[in-house]
Amino acid sequence: MSQAPATEIETTFVLNGTRVTRRVPARQHLVDFLREEMGLTGSHTACEHGVCGACTLRVDDEIVRGCLMLAVQANGRKVDTIEGLSDSGELAALQSAFHERNALQCGFCTPGMLLAALDLVKYRPDATREQIREHLAGNYCRCTGYHAIVDAIEAVLEARREGAKR
Amino acid sequence: MKAPSFAYARPDSLAETLALLERHGEAARVLAGGQSLLASLNMRLSSPELLVDITGLKELSGIRVQNGSLRIGALTRHCEIERSAEVARHAPLLAQAVVHVAHVAIRNAGTLGGSIALADPAAEYPACALALDAALVIAGASGERRVAARDFFRALYSTALGPGELLLAAEFPLLGPGYRSAFVELARRHGDYAIVGVAAHAHIERGTVSDLRLAYLGVGATPVRAHRAAASLEGKAYGPQTVAAVQAALGDDLDPLPDLYHSAATKLHLARVLTGRALAALVQ
Repeated sequence: MSQAPATEIETTFVLNGTRVTRRVPARQHLVDFLREEMGLTGSHTACEHGVCGACTLRVDDEIVRGCLMLAVQANGRKVDTIEGLSDSGELAALQSAFHERNALQCGFCTPGMLLAALDLVKYRPDATREQIREHLAGNYCRCTGYHAIVDAIEAVLEARREGAKR
Repeated sequence: MKAPSFAYARPDSLAETLALLERHGEAARVLAGGQSLLASLNMRLSSPELLVDITGLKELSGIRVQNGSLRIGALTRHCEIERSAEVARHAPLLAQAVVHVAHVAIRNAGTLGGSIALADPAAEYPACALALDAALVIAGASGERRVAARDFFRALYSTALGPGELLLAAEFPLLGPGYRSAFVELARRHGDYAIVGVAAHAHIERGTVSDLRLAYLGVGATPVRAHRAAASLEGKAYGPQTVAAVQAALGDDLDPLPDLYHSAATKLHLARVLTGRALAALVQ
């Protein structure tokens, strides 16, 4: 159904498994909607022009920049955030690997890093260390120097491959 | 920052889209993947009154071979180009270029049409379209027309698209027998806009190069074809001397604009280095 020009639009989507309907301002990007209206503050806003990756979300099972998508564009789609993916346990292995390897300091980039890492685990489980680095190129971390993050992801991928062999 | 206020519309037919664009003229902007547009709105570099979201136009997505060319719909996302066997087979230059387009999360949303219509001079597809002699399919109130890539990119962020017109697709000639492609770019961080890049395409037979096309990104207000440099290799064998001649001739073709970090001389130097790498990849 087409949407005629409007500055506030009723939008319905499935957020972390639950259907939500809200009137949203056309100008509001998705990550602001989630933080300001839904109280989901795990996805962070930093650069707000698609460079840093702190706002990474999953829409229809693919990672996107939450600052480069309008809330109204989520209409009819499935949105998963760090909160939902933590609660479901989907991120558990990565979260404990990040903890064990000290792959976070201030933690600001961590939700985005975890979502980017989960995407790799799901879609490119055979990734090499070099490919892990390439995959994370869109996510800035300003404290760890990335090495520990790459280690943690590599450990999860290796554990999976070992598990698959058995 | 946050975007200024605007209205949003999501038409579900081409006719409705064109009517909206016609009615609102310069005040409307087309929203495809939004990966450049939303960034520029957030930074308040642009303040349209209306965004026309065209992602409801399903006929603008998809990749197919048609009438001797590979037709890629404007709404086809970068990740779809990356995964496409048809692209790898018929337009390998695009498959080589797409991995340089931003990052995974952006490639999942951004579109071919958005990149071409925006015409950022440092973007990958415009240079590929130029190197491959692509045709751009455009719809407007008076019907459909095709514009060759060489006539499409006019000036900085300025194209042959008129007010009220919409880019529907790009058509790339199918890879001919004996033709090879190479795409090389230099960026400070993988996925950032290139400092300089080159899309190369040529017929190679036992080390002899013909019909070479070299199209550069990041060197001017538009993507730039280097005709003189390419012609200097016509019918010649690839080798250190002939490559050096191409690199020398680039000085006649390119007049790079400096950016914040790189002088014109640096850019020309980098273009020469990347050209050497691209030619090596072509004959490999």
